[in-house]
Amino acid sequence: MRIVVDYDLCESNAICMGIAPEVFEVRDDDFLYVLDETPGEELRSKMEEAVRRCPKQAISIAED
Amino acid sequence: MIVEAEERAPYDRPPLSKQLLSGAWELGDARLPVDVDALEVDWERGCRATGLDLGDRRLALADGRSIAFDGLVIATGAAPRHLPGSGGLAGVHVLRTLDDCLAIKADLDAAPGRVVVVGAGFIGSEVAATCRQQGHEVTVVEALPVPMERILGTDLGSLTADLHRDHGVRVRLGVGVEALEGGDRVERVRLADGSVVDADVVVVGIGVTPSTGWLEGSGLAVDNGVVCDETCLAAPGVVAAGDIARWPNARFGEVMRVEHWENALEQGAAAARRLLAGDGPGERFEPVPWFWSDQYDRKIQLAGRSGPDDLVRVVHGSVDERRFVALFGRGGRVVGVLGVNRPRHVMQWRARITESISWEAGLALAAEEA
Repeated sequence: MRIVVDYDLCESNAICMGIAPEVFEVRDDDFLYVLDETPGEELRSKMEEAVRRCPKQAISIAED
Repeated sequence: MIVEAEERAPYDRPPLSKQLLSGAWELGDARLPVDVDALEVDWERGCRATGLDLGDRRLALADGRSIAFDGLVIATGAAPRHLPGSGGLAGVHVLRTLDDCLAIKADLDAAPGRVVVVGAGFIGSEVAATCRQQGHEVTVVEALPVPMERILGTDLGSLTADLHRDHGVRVRLGVGVEALEGGDRVERVRLADGSVVDADVVVVGIGVTPSTGWLEGSGLAVDNGVVCDETCLAAPGVVAAGDIARWPNARFGEVMRVEHWENALEQGAAAARRLLAGDGPGERFEPVPWFWSDQYDRKIQLAGRSGPDDLVRVVHGSVDERRFVALFGRGGRVVGVLGVNRPRHVMQWRARITESISWEAGLALAAEEA
């Protein structure tokens, strides 16, 4: 799976980072950095939670 | 089956005081990405529930129908309070629905004007910020001397007032509204101290009350919301979620009703799971609540609990810089975190609050990280 972030929608609420800091990091520059765009399957449920709980619905999962 | 009083397709509320009000977004941008067909649900819009018969397990609708149910999810939310005596004057608004937002926007777009926002809570403040950034002359009137004291305590409770003043919004604190005056349209706001603020548009943001009127006589316990147990259960086969649900959050030993976006999302899912668990014990819903408010270029985030009797400590940054992190302590633990433009810190402290970090350990950790 591939993590896709719409940076026009992202407002750096960092909910995603709260769920999976190993994949999402909001740094002190206030920008979101995706640390791993292709996380392993074991992270799927966390990724789905991040998609659901993003206040701006800015995250999606692409299956390439 | 979903019974929904509003006519419109489901939409997200946070943009109503921000992007939709400013015009940065079109209507469609706020639509919730719900695949109604995939849900295979009978979704009835413009259909209001008017009564509940717990014994017969029937829901009464405004159109006269009576629907039998096995399971019921009550999520009828809350309705905005109006200023007494404000009916009839054009240009006076509350903000809860998309229609409210469009009505305010229509008034604002008519001409740059004088906007009075009554209530410096988060909705009122976001509306004030949006209007100010559109170039309107804005005055915020707040009855409390320290607007957010009930949530943030005395030291931090002037945060939103300070942000407004930073941006040229006039703030009148500690004074209520006596009357709204005008011919057909509002022309001025008369305050309780006798002073007058001229206004072309008035937006009233003085809070909401849970929409439980339709449940009177149903047999459900109603007390500032639908009373539920720790698992969101209100009665056998009946759950409640969102702004309307009042439930004991075991994590904080506190009965609460949470009016935030994320809680609606998470409690909805928890209530559904509780319903599906049937006669089983169900799981406690014990979140660390979280919300955000965007005003000007500041993102305010609050996680956990906070109140005027809590210990408060700014552990990072400074209030003067308008970029800081503050912790709230209660019963020997860190129970809440407030951040302004520090989202990473808020998330990290939210996790620590979830793990029940003690106040002393929290302060020590904060000192190490400073």
